[in-house]
Amino acid sequence: MLQGISLACVRGDRELFKDINFSLEAGGLMQVRGPNGSGKTSLLRMLCGLSNPAAGEILWSGTSIRSLNGDYFAAMTYIGHLSGTKDDLTVIENLRISSALAGFEINDDQASEALGYMGLGGREALPVKVLSQGQRRRVALARLLVSKTALWILDEPLVALDVMAVKLIQELLEQHLKQDGMVVMTTHQEIDLTAASTTQLHLA
Amino acid sequence: MAINWFKYSSPASFYSLAGKMIPIFVFVALILLAAGLYVGFFVAPTDFQQGEAYRIIFIHVPAAWMSMFLYVVMAFWAGIGLAFNTRLSSMLATAIAPTGAMFTFIALWTGALWGKPMWGTWWVWDARLTSELILFFLYIGFMSLQAAIDDPRRADKAGAIIALVGVVNIPIIYFSVQWWNTLHQGASVSVNQAPAMASTMLTGMLIMVLASWMYSIAIILKRTRIIILERESHTAWVAELQKKGVMR
Amino acid sequence: MWIIKRDLLLAMRRQSDVLTTLFFFIIVVSLFPLSVGPEMNMLRTMAPGVVWVAALLASMLSLGRMFSNDYLDGTLEQMLLSPQSLSLLVLGKALAHWLVTGVPLVLMAPVLGIQYDLPVEALFVLTTALLLGTPVLSLIGAIGAALTLGLRGGGVLVSLLVLPLYIPVLIFGAGAVEANMAGVGFDAHLSLIGAFLLVSLVFAPWAAASSLRVSLE
Repeated sequence: MLQGISLACVRGDRELFKDINFSLEAGGLMQVRGPNGSGKTSLLRMLCGLSNPAAGEILWSGTSIRSLNGDYFAAMTYIGHLSGTKDDLTVIENLRISSALAGFEINDDQASEALGYMGLGGREALPVKVLSQGQRRRVALARLLVSKTALWILDEPLVALDVMAVKLIQELLEQHLKQDGMVVMTTHQEIDLTAASTTQLHLA
Repeated sequence: MAINWFKYSSPASFYSLAGKMIPIFVFVALILLAAGLYVGFFVAPTDFQQGEAYRIIFIHVPAAWMSMFLYVVMAFWAGIGLAFNTRLSSMLATAIAPTGAMFTFIALWTGALWGKPMWGTWWVWDARLTSELILFFLYIGFMSLQAAIDDPRRADKAGAIIALVGVVNIPIIYFSVQWWNTLHQGASVSVNQAPAMASTMLTGMLIMVLASWMYSIAIILKRTRIIILERESHTAWVAELQKKGVMR
Repeated sequence: MWIIKRDLLLAMRRQSDVLTTLFFFIIVVSLFPLSVGPEMNMLRTMAPGVVWVAALLASMLSLGRMFSNDYLDGTLEQMLLSPQSLSLLVLGKALAHWLVTGVPLVLMAPVLGIQYDLPVEALFVLTTALLLGTPVLSLIGAIGAALTLGLRGGGVLVSLLVLPLYIPVLIFGAGAVEANMAGVGFDAHLSLIGAFLLVSLVFAPWAAASSLRVSLE
């Protein structure tokens, strides 16, 4: 269970938000909304532990994520604006390496299967630099398929994806939620997701 | 009287406290400086070996001591700021750096001025001068790193890490240079001759050290106040100050 | 350690980067005889210092690549969020950096030493000293590279931060060769460089990992 207690964020001189409270149960979805520059990405980076809140605390199963560190990272997958793929590596190398980095090593078969599901079948051996934006995004999102983490934190996962891919991601997220997973995401696109509980967090 | 020290760790109260303390330190520094220079230049006897030129040590030695000491103090405050996330200590560290660099520069400069009549050359690769030069590089590194970072919190923390790495390395660097110097002894002149010092010389030097101390404290407090104003410009209490038109 | 494998794989795909560093090293060393004249006795006394300074500069110039590519494409973010220890990852990256930039320098050094007419035994000492000393450069350099991540003028800045810290390695590295040429024992120098290596193996990855967290916040 993920909890945020009176979180605040300061960028330079400006206070982006303060007193943000939420609680996300197993199977829950939280959509973070707000105009550009309202601190959505800052909030997500806080939630995944990349930055520290200016005030307040983030709890995972009742314990502060700062004291959990590695244990929290093992339960969480973050996909941000940057795809986290290396241009010079092939699609399959990228997936295998990023999975190993996230703490679960997979073999070529598992990787190919995930890539096939994401519509990248037959492109496994291409270096990522020849792929289009949308295809790179798919490589990054393929990590979700092989991950066994409970909490997914996704920053604009649908950007650059075509209708087919959006549908794939939608299915993937719903299945994750059905299996008691948790999702925190921002998106500007409308997406219908059925979840045990849905929280909308509005940042002014 | 019990003083609540934590009260002064908030920038706002530190600001007003420092404002009251600065004139005192300036005053004491000026008096000590006058006394020290008087003793150094008029009371202390002429050295039988070095003549009048030795009198530069009344500036050189305090500057060299301060330069080394201030680096440690700077690293200390920066480290406290990093460990306990106290903004004021990081600001102090940032405020100390230019003063430390200035003393390092003075020590190098006066060392060269002294070297010319003593050794017949402006610069020798003596162990202490070389270490002082490296210390100067360390100060410059710290200040340029902080200057290159826009976000003050990141600047504080990054500066703290490099200051701590520097402080760990200073002894290693110092002994390496010392060793390097003894190996190449033939090429340079040793400064290690410590002639028996007349007690007035020692007094003059100690007064000058105290004067440097007082000056450093005053200027560091002043600089910290400016940093506080810059960093806290969005807060209510600074706006209040501006409205009243009193920045003191 | 698959992070080493990954970085080596990346270096293989970008061989030009590796070669640039190596050629920089060779060019700098070759410039000295042109600037001070080809007098062999003088060159022989200068050789250890020249080779070491060039190695310092070459290793420092390639520091920018250690983290910045990973920073730009977001893989560094993922490393910070890895359940594995960030210090170990940094250690792996520093070792990969050394394998890619340090080892070629070490291998090239005897050839350059011959240009300077170093005796065979001195060549051997030079190579050994570089072998022990260049990993220290990569490890200390990792701290500087991590601190200057994403900053304007980071390349010049990193030299200001890192070069003063390289001085002890320089002194004892060059000192070992000089001692050997002077007919004095050089074991003490090598042991000291070894000690620097051990200390930096323990502390540098940790300091660099904290620096990365600061830089990405």
